[in-house]
Amino acid sequence: MSLLTTLARLEAVRAGVAQPLATVRHRHVSERPFALVPLAAAGETGAPLAMLLGSDREHPRLLTVPQPLDRDLRFAFLARLGDELLPYLESFGGDVELLERNVKDPESGEKTVEVRELCADAPQLIVPNPGGVELLGLFGRSTRFRRTAEDPDPGPYPAPARVPLLGRWLTHLSERANVPGSSMLLPLTSTLARHWATGQSSLEDAHLGALLAWIAPPEGSRGEQAASRAENGRDERGQLLVPPAGPATDPDFDSLLLAPAVTRYDAARSAQDEPLTRARAEEIEALLRSVLLPVWHQVWQGIDLLRELPPAAHVVERWEGDRWSYTGHRDRVAAGEPPQPLHDDAVTAARKLAQREREQVRVDLEEALDDPLAMAEHRLAGQAFAGEVVEVQPDYDTSGRSPKPRPLVTVRTEDRPHLDPGGEVHRAGGPSTQRAELAWLDAEAGLLTLRLLSGMGRKKEPEPGSVPEQGEQVCFTLFELSARQSAPLPDPEDTPWTHGGPPQ
Amino acid sequence: MNHSTHPRVDQPLTPLEARLAALRGDAAARSMDARALAALAANPGCDRRAVLDAAGVDKASLAARLGSPAAFGQSPFAITRGLVFERRLRADRCAELVALLRSELLPEASAQTPVEVPDLLPSEGPAVRAARTRVALSEAAAAASAGRAWTLLDRPLLRLDVAGSSVSLEPDAIVVGPDGRWTVVEIKSFPILDGSADPTKVGAAARQAAVYVLALRATASALDAAAPSAVRPAGASGAGKPGSPYVEPEGLAGAVRTTGLLVCPRDFSNVAVAAPLDLRKQLAVTRRQLVRMTRIETLLAALPETARLDEAPEAVDALAHAYTPDCLAACELSFHCRTQARAAGAVETLGRGVRGELGSLTTVEAALAATGEGEALARAARLREEALAR
Ligand code: SF4
Repeated sequence: MSLLTTLARLEAVRAGVAQPLATVRHRHVSERPFALVPLAAAGETGAPLAMLLGSDREHPRLLTVPQPLDRDLRFAFLARLGDELLPYLESFGGDVELLERNVKDPESGEKTVEVRELCADAPQLIVPNPGGVELLGLFGRSTRFRRTAEDPDPGPYPAPARVPLLGRWLTHLSERANVPGSSMLLPLTSTLARHWATGQSSLEDAHLGALLAWIAPPEGSRGEQAASRAENGRDERGQLLVPPAGPATDPDFDSLLLAPAVTRYDAARSAQDEPLTRARAEEIEALLRSVLLPVWHQVWQGIDLLRELPPAAHVVERWEGDRWSYTGHRDRVAAGEPPQPLHDDAVTAARKLAQREREQVRVDLEEALDDPLAMAEHRLAGQAFAGEVVEVQPDYDTSGRSPKPRPLVTVRTEDRPHLDPGGEVHRAGGPSTQRAELAWLDAEAGLLTLRLLSGMGRKKEPEPGSVPEQGEQVCFTLFELSARQSAPLPDPEDTPWTHGGPPQ
Repeated sequence: MNHSTHPRVDQPLTPLEARLAALRGDAAARSMDARALAALAANPGCDRRAVLDAAGVDKASLAARLGSPAAFGQSPFAITRGLVFERRLRADRCAELVALLRSELLPEASAQTPVEVPDLLPSEGPAVRAARTRVALSEAAAAASAGRAWTLLDRPLLRLDVAGSSVSLEPDAIVVGPDGRWTVVEIKSFPILDGSADPTKVGAAARQAAVYVLALRATASALDAAAPSAVRPAGASGAGKPGSPYVEPEGLAGAVRTTGLLVCPRDFSNVAVAAPLDLRKQLAVTRRQLVRMTRIETLLAALPETARLDEAPEAVDALAHAYTPDCLAACELSFHCRTQARAAGAVETLGRGVRGELGSLTTVEAALAATGEGEALARAARLREEALAR
């Protein structure tokens, strides 16, 4: 944790309510997100128990598995999940932008124009927490290789037809969620925690109810009380007042309510009493709905909170990366490519790692550019400075054939950048990328005189507006401001799997 | 998987044990298991926990009596699943476990070597069981050195001295191979999925297994000291207390491998799969922290002679706590300690690294006061204010 974050947490303790950690929203929030609140069956790996889902916050759909050990019931659940989710996922595939680029035929050397499709928008799934992302990934892992009745060799336990397809989508989405800055599958807790500092630790922020209690405590109560009620307040039956946001259920819910209900269901089923079995299944549904609905409302409350923040400038650009990723997967499914392999081969694994590192650098840079609070971290660390221009002096480099502009700009700042004369800096928030070097400094008075080196056009006099004026607020960083970015139209062969490249 | 309650009546109590029993009062004793020890080693600075665990106090019910019950239950579904998995492995004199261990641990040449699965008297009291385990271990060592058999010890019981009191530990299994090496086997019900498992869970399993290795070494040293020199390799000096944590001890204790074996369900199935577990790091850490643990007698001085936690649970507050948010995942008393830490304004409540970041500013109040002009946090506060004002 950085000192500024700690400071924000300290302020939150004093105020009794969470404090901003960002002045803008750093993640994309779709106009039509699809929320999922999954619950896993305790003790079974990747076994679904229930899910509340949908893009209509007033009318969520409930799916349950009345006996999680029953393979058929699990597949029935996954088939219904596919029925709910696949139409949403596929609905973004039709509306495309056509993008052209010039390519050279590798054999003939002829130049041709290639047209590629980019889906105009992409789906966005929102789950309560990273555990939800992981569980969806497990669903993907356990279903994408299943054979169905339509396969030439369906095997002893064929899965319903669209279940493997669902598995491929879930695998793709959960992989994509590992790419920094991506928003196609968004865990709410970590997204909210990026934007608000609570008066508790980040471990406690992983509890959606407690986190929201700090961000928006109910009238008249302080975050601390509201959060501890959310964590461990119980009713007279010993049940949590605020059920956990999954995927794990509360053990006391399992032992006092769910286990007896499942036992009753099993009894009715083994007595082959169909109406009673249905009634027992409905009891279980009612139980699960009662612990899922509060979380459902929390999820939409969280989405509302995020929407209140203005989007950061680079969010649209990063969302385009998600659109590429979506388009690429759509194409692979359409082309009938096989499901993603169990293990990445070495090349793919290395590419994914490199991509994540690159994207992390990019997100950090973009967040700093978009958000003065993020830039403040770098200023405090001596990696950037901001201040007012107090003097501008025209100057020229006359060593070459034609003179070049090299104006001297003096900035007054309270920041203490780790910078010596001759050191290079980069202008943040200027009209174009601009390099400068420190000509001299007066540390006592907080005056830094910079010589601008680029971004002023090709003529002797700088382009109008390219040199900051006296009285203007400027910000410079000691690090470069452009991450090596993937070309806007990457070759599919060169594109990592997570970004829409082909499977290896 | 071995939280058991048992009265420690099979031996006369030492004065320390008597004092600890009095502190516990009429509440049943909770034996300190490896999980507790491993967690204890995770927060060795905590006096409160050290005393409670040494006294065998049931911290969950203490927390409930204090009005801050813990949320450490386990779902009946998960318990059932774990039991089913273990029962399967142990059925038929551990047939499935034996087959798995044979393929994982033994060289192919010894494929025909018979396996012994001695009866370790699991329904007896801890003293009997510990003695039985010691005998079984020395027999197994003899059988191995004679090349007669390898041995699987199913649910042995080991003793380890922790901070001045003796603790009973129950590893899932120990294997004495035909090469004379001893391996700690840890059975867990979390899956190994596509060859990898949840690192947090593996870490916890490794810390536990490290405790067993230490206990096994202690037992081996005791056997060495008692046994005729026959089972002792030439030149061995007996009980090993090496200076470097990575140096393996000599004598029988050196037979204990620092690589454990983790046995888990594979992928989404109930089929068992084994994976080696490197314990060297956990061993070094655990041992260092066990040694560092202040002796319980000294800690007890903070409590009045007459303190009884079953009657007056608040007496626990006389013992210093060392709350950090990590306690939430490791200790039943965490909500109680958190309330106290927050009331005191301790900055540790905000996160692991915060204390280090704020240096001498140990309370929220002091830290906020340091945002004033010329103070330690003034610059950070200015920058934050400026950014938010824009
Ligand atoms: S919760 Fe309290 S008693 Fe338990 S380890 Fe933490 S500080 Fe010690």
